[in-house]
Amino acid sequence: MIPTVPQSNVLKWSYRAYVTLFFVYLALPLSVVCAFAFNDSVFPSLPWEGFTMAWFFGDEAPFIGVFHERSILRSIGTSAFVAIWVAGLAVFVGTCNAFLFVRHNFRGRGFLYILMLLPLIIPGVILGISILVFSSTVANTLEDATGLWFDGLRPGLILVILGQFSFITTFATLVISARLQKFDLSLEEAALNLGATKWGAVRQVTLPFLLPAIVGAGVVSILMSFENFNTTLMLVGSDSPLTITMFDKLKHGSTPVLNAVSLLLIICSAGLGLISLLFQRGKS
Amino acid sequence: MTSDKSKLGFYLLLAPLLLWLVVLIILPHIGLFFVSISEKVGVREYETGLGNYAVFFNEPLYWRTFARTAIMSISTTALTLILGFPIAYYIAKMTRGRTKTTLFLMCLIPFWVSELVRTFGWMILLRETGIISNALQSIGLISGPVEFLYNDAAIMVGLVYTSILFMIVPLVTTLDSLDDSMIEAGYDLGGNGVSILREIIIPHAMPGIVSGCIVVFMLSLGNYLTPILLGGKDSLWFTGLIYTQFITRFNWELGSAFGFLLLALSSGIVFLGLKLSRQTLTETMGR
Repeated sequence: MIPTVPQSNVLKWSYRAYVTLFFVYLALPLSVVCAFAFNDSVFPSLPWEGFTMAWFFGDEAPFIGVFHERSILRSIGTSAFVAIWVAGLAVFVGTCNAFLFVRHNFRGRGFLYILMLLPLIIPGVILGISILVFSSTVANTLEDATGLWFDGLRPGLILVILGQFSFITTFATLVISARLQKFDLSLEEAALNLGATKWGAVRQVTLPFLLPAIVGAGVVSILMSFENFNTTLMLVGSDSPLTITMFDKLKHGSTPVLNAVSLLLIICSAGLGLISLLFQRGKS
Repeated sequence: MTSDKSKLGFYLLLAPLLLWLVVLIILPHIGLFFVSISEKVGVREYETGLGNYAVFFNEPLYWRTFARTAIMSISTTALTLILGFPIAYYIAKMTRGRTKTTLFLMCLIPFWVSELVRTFGWMILLRETGIISNALQSIGLISGPVEFLYNDAAIMVGLVYTSILFMIVPLVTTLDSLDDSMIEAGYDLGGNGVSILREIIIPHAMPGIVSGCIVVFMLSLGNYLTPILLGGKDSLWFTGLIYTQFITRFNWELGSAFGFLLLALSSGIVFLGLKLSRQTLTETMGR
């Protein structure tokens, strides 16, 4: 069925109706989350009690808005801290990996490439528990041997960062490699002919070419880190990132302040995603 | 001289990769395996043995949950493929230019939003005091509030919703590369809609179907949020058991064994899918 081949009208319209219905299905949960952020009631459910901005700016119980709810503000800070570290590490290692796999041919390259893809097919919960078990074993061994404390290896932000980094790096590598493959090597050779050093040529010619992919990979890493739940759940200590805090509140039933946070999250992540897409499209 | 230098560069590039893979992927999984085959016999005393795996097979709750998780993940994958294929086909073949980009972006936006927010949306829709229950009451189809949450259908709706985008994106990519003239030729040679779908479109879309199915299956199997929040307290999902053993019961040995079984199941199905469709992991994932 393609537009150039005539089809019966019934078929055409029922197909269109299905597609429309599908997009309603896609939009429905997100729209209700957003709508109930403005409901003047302490439960995120019907009946509709009128419009309010209290779930954003309110500071009187029970109407405590996002901007006055300490636990949520703190966890947003924690999430941002984790996301920046994860994105920085993932982009750095991803860029190194891209150069390694695109520019070098060595024994075991295919094997290492498959290993590099593995984090994609390991469930996040398993990644979390394996890192938890391993770091605790190392911490126990070190503490027995030295008598010192190794808190960094116990559940906490360092482990959360390492856990998220362990699979987000694969995405960063794939995004950056895809762009590096399109690079014309003769540009770098020209720079070398004009007297640039190897590193100078990479820095002044290749890296600027890679910049859209590097920024794109960074944005994707930040988004993935912010919304990661499975791996984080297993590694989290006393400082919980936003998704964990929201999950705890959601399990115990909460006020529409969660809708307000969600609305802000939807706006930020959709905006960031669109920007990274436009940025990549504009440059390529 | 230059070869020495490029050799140094090569090792400098290799170091972060090896550090990442060995310290965060390989060693932890080996460690997980060793913990899963150790049994606690006393305070900080362990023996090697398969006792934890025996516990899994002897306790019906455990292996039934395992089977249930696998079967529901497979059904989710099938449902996602059936629901997603027409959409991907519509985006790839029935639309052009700006409409196409817009529809594709509309598919992508929910994927950028946290899974927690998406699940929260379904909770608001499906719960007893929620939108759907109220809407049905106002039409007059039901007389009192009905709880749509906390059952298997709710879990399936949520799982399909969170993973359908990972089916649509690879499908759109492969279907996009199918030339319209192939389909026209099919019609010219006397084919009808069904035979063209079977003989031309599906074989061409196979790589996309396989990679979509693998990703969706993996995401459903390893999901924790959706089954726990939409399925309620009694929803049994294998990742939930792993969490209980690790965090609530503090029985890491049994939890590790569970983790390994889940890993084996997911890698087994991925391997099977790749073998059946004669593809490699590099082709399917590395795009």
